[in-house]
Amino acid sequence: MTFSIIGTGMYVPPKIVTNDDLSKTLDTNDEWIRQRVGVQRRHVCTGETTAELAYQAALRALENSGCTPEDLDLIICSTISGDLVSPALACVVQKMLGASCPAYDVNSACSAFLFLLETAAGYFARGKVKKVLAIGAERMSKLLDWQDRGTCVIFGDGAGAAVLASGEGYIDSTISTKGNDEVIRVPAFAGESPYSTLEPERPFIRMQGQETFKYAVNAMCSDISKLMQNNRLTAEDIAYVVPHQANKRIIDLACMRLRIPIKKFYVNIQEYGNTSSASIPIALDELNRKGLLKRGDNLILSAFGAGESNASCLLKW
Amino acid sequence: MVFEKVSKIIAEKINCDASELTADTKFADLGIDSLDVTELVMNIEDEFSIELEVDSSLASIGDLVNLVESKLK
Repeated sequence: MTFSIIGTGMYVPPKIVTNDDLSKTLDTNDEWIRQRVGVQRRHVCTGETTAELAYQAALRALENSGCTPEDLDLIICSTISGDLVSPALACVVQKMLGASCPAYDVNSACSAFLFLLETAAGYFARGKVKKVLAIGAERMSKLLDWQDRGTCVIFGDGAGAAVLASGEGYIDSTISTKGNDEVIRVPAFAGESPYSTLEPERPFIRMQGQETFKYAVNAMCSDISKLMQNNRLTAEDIAYVVPHQANKRIIDLACMRLRIPIKKFYVNIQEYGNTSSASIPIALDELNRKGLLKRGDNLILSAFGAGESNASCLLKW
Repeated sequence: MVFEKVSKIIAEKINCDASELTADTKFADLGIDSLDVTELVMNIEDEFSIELEVDSSLASIGDLVNLVESKLK
């Protein structure tokens, strides 16, 4: 026994920041950002917390699934940009929903939503749960150095959620981690210990752009090829590939190397930027609500991020 | 030999005649940005079955050829 996705939801804060807005304070411009990243605008939190984004996405996913918080056996969340170090984001969302099931977070950076699905699959396999709420929620705006034009133009805030129920929809998956803490790095708050001799690092996201690009394309291509080969699928058998929305150029090159038509890749980075672990559930909810998915469709979700940590899965809708 | 293969890979990417390319040709002059350079590096890795580190110091075709040659030694 595994699970099927029976409901999806997303939420982004209403404040929109366009490329032109950014070019007022940074040495950048709309053309450069569109051409290099593929982002046109992003939604950014003003007064909203990460937990509120997660809660709103969760409400929508629950409503879409026809479930109530009392039906849930587990809440799992992913975030690298939570409001609190402790308790976990999932605990705060649990309180907001009024749920009573266990709740905890899984940290695997941008690919974490797929690690949540893999975690949930273990519970379903052991028959420990019937309904699970998985949420990816990110307030990336608080992790950005807004003076660094190389990173701050890329990211946005938002949350996506899915309700999983016992079923046979999670067909196959692949996850891997390389033990790399250099290529993408977000240092934590250094603290104020009078005994610490460590040099404090600024707590903002840093990326080696070219190494990230190479790693991301290679990870997506190898994960997706592996799933297709293992399950004897051709590009024609796939309804949609839902890639992590990190950079349109990564998606374009992966698509070319995989020889899967670009129309099969769902892309919404132009609207939201890179929302880290929220990007895949947001995209999934858009596909679902636009009526683009039919029962029985094969979907491949594919994500990569800091760690270097990547995961892909094959879902039957 | 490395130069010819690298030039051919670049020419294919930007649809130009490989004979127009020299070691001194700058990527910026060909309209090749840093992500395009990364893509070229990946194609070269496939061609030579090697692994290369890519960073912003790769500015010309000669830089890329030197990098490949250093790995083949």
